Amino acid sequence: MSIDTERPADTAAAVEEVEIRGHIIDSLILPKVLDLITSLGGSFRIKQIAIGQARSDPSYALVEVQADSDGRLAEILRQIGDHGAVPTVFQDCHLVPADMDAAFPEGFYSSTNQRTEVRLAGRWIEVTDQEMDCGVTVAADRTSARCLPMTDVRRGDLLVVGHAGVRVFPQERTTQRHLFEFMGSSVSTEKPKGIAIREIAGELARTRAAGGRTLLVGGPAIVHTGSAGHICQMIRDGYIDLLFAGNALATHDIEQSLFGTSLGVHMSQGTAAEAGHEHHLRAINRIRRAGGIASAVERGVLTSGIMYECVRNRVDFLLAGSIRDDGPLPEVITDVLEAQRQMRERIRDVTFALMIATALHSIAVGNLLPAWVKVVCVDINPSTVIKLGDRGSFQTVGLVTDVEPFLRALVQELQAIEQA
Amino acid sequence: MTQPHILMCPPDFYGIEYEINAWMHRERPSDRAVAREQWLALQSLLIEAGARVSTMAPVAGLPDLVFTANAALIYRDRAILAHFRHPERQGEEALDEQWLAAGGFRVEQPPEGCFFEGAGDALFCGDTLFAGYRLRSDARGHQQIGARLGRRVIPLELVDPYYYHLDTCFCPLAPGQAIYYPAAFDQYAEAVLKELVPELIEVSRNEAQRFACNAVVVGRAVVTNTGCPELHRALAARGFQPRETPLDEFVKSGGSAKCLTLRLDGEDAASWRGEPAGVDAA
Repeated sequence: MSIDTERPADTAAAVEEVEIRGHIIDSLILPKVLDLITSLGGSFRIKQIAIGQARSDPSYALVEVQADSDGRLAEILRQIGDHGAVPTVFQDCHLVPADMDAAFPEGFYSSTNQRTEVRLAGRWIEVTDQEMDCGVTVAADRTSARCLPMTDVRRGDLLVVGHAGVRVFPQERTTQRHLFEFMGSSVSTEKPKGIAIREIAGELARTRAAGGRTLLVGGPAIVHTGSAGHICQMIRDGYIDLLFAGNALATHDIEQSLFGTSLGVHMSQGTAAEAGHEHHLRAINRIRRAGGIASAVERGVLTSGIMYECVRNRVDFLLAGSIRDDGPLPEVITDVLEAQRQMRERIRDVTFALMIATALHSIAVGNLLPAWVKVVCVDINPSTVIKLGDRGSFQTVGLVTDVEPFLRALVQELQAIEQA
Repeated sequence: MTQPHILMCPPDFYGIEYEINAWMHRERPSDRAVAREQWLALQSLLIEAGARVSTMAPVAGLPDLVFTANAALIYRDRAILAHFRHPERQGEEALDEQWLAAGGFRVEQPPEGCFFEGAGDALFCGDTLFAGYRLRSDARGHQQIGARLGRRVIPLELVDPYYYHLDTCFCPLAPGQAIYYPAAFDQYAEAVLKELVPELIEVSRNEAQRFACNAVVVGRAVVTNTGCPELHRALAARGFQPRETPLDEFVKSGGSAKCLTLRLDGEDAASWRGEPAGVDAA
């Protein structure tokens, strides 16, 4: 059983968990405590409740109390304390200094992608740079905490060990009706896509209007399927703020720009070009000779395509390498740890992520994003969408579909919004 | 059924030596001789009603030791000791413990970190323990006592400083039947009492001020301070035998008949009274 008041937990500034035991139903103590919380300007969420069966059995309720400030929360806790509601956690988190570089102390707290707080000197501090599968480090002055990847640990860093003094706020469905509610997180090839695409277009427009940042994570199928033009249009219209991809998307995009083919296939005719299989290598070579993608655009070597539009429209891009890459293009970061580090830096202000036709990069970026960033994953292969959805966030929506018709419809919806 | 057994403490050192409730004013002292007379009259009435009265020795410097109701909560052979909110009365705790232990009770400490003022704030009506909180005892402590005893505990918030203990505004007569003064409770507590006690006899403001609710029940006899005629009529109409005796010297301290007594064998209204030991609520 769970009763939500209007305000979701993730917007409250101050939160504390209290428990109330005894005959709290018969005596109206529970309703009284809840009424008090509300009348004092707070809100609450019943996290757990167990009601006694026999008349002499006590009941138990675990209640999360939320308020907009520490001061108000303290006043609420003081008043409900008189009625027997007591905070459950009085413990600070346990800190252990790292005894070596690039590894956590044993028993380290392993993070989730959900909003997390740690208790330091009796106060709850929000963990920043929230990311799954990291540790949590506390600054030497003990006033801040952040997620820290294993490889970034330096000897002496203070790491949280165990679960005491740590609390996690699971991302929950918000009360607003939007795509994420409509779709849920289940993946199906048989859901009506039109509505979903319209909702995604709406989300892109809202993000742009609200000054949020949209990240596109794309795979080369965007180019192979002839969809590069749609992405170019979205970049020009200001719907994409950041692009993460690998060597392949950039290479085939540039191949298409220079030779009119993708993987040697004519984009206009669908037929294989003579010696077309060499085109992508020649494209990479030409960009390397020009000193990189940006430089190639400057010099007029590259005059169209996704990468061209990124440079022209100052859309930041990051190309992460992999073991099978040809070339690669000069901008490709071949050290995966360095690529991860740079991705972490750049996703901090991302509010919406569109992941299209890439299992590798979608899952890599999905691992880095906090749970509250909305994610749409589009792939022809259900397993990519399912893997990403298994991150366990309500905010991830999957669409199993071919990329080209998806992007074509998306651009049409965006144009409809612009014209409306 | 065993003979009703009541603990009292003679008022040899009784007086208004400090002010820890709305009734007490040092400039309105009590007359020790009159107090003694009133206390003896109450004792006689109780004996007449069929009770056996035991006494504990009074101690100089502990004027409120006369109010034995606050010594402990009695449940069968167990006595859960008080821990008073005001330091002025905390000196009584060791003496209460001593007497009850010598009297054959299994003495237990009150819940840690909680104030708990004994039978003054914890009264059985039927199989349920009604417990006053906020002004003297803590709600959390009551819940812990309920868990200890395996009984339902209903904490009731007291809101009027003149009725700072539950026994000043609520008096169980029999299972399902009690006297109460509604204005002493917050709205939740009042609703709960109406729900859980089928027959509530409401006391007027005037009679509440005469401590009508601070009554001692011994079988069908109900002993109160003087000046509670409406209540006495209501009790007589229900087959009780109301008795009155002047207790004004104790009212000056915020106490009356009930406060001056601790029922050691279980109140008449407690359903567990007379049950063979070992029979507990299912």
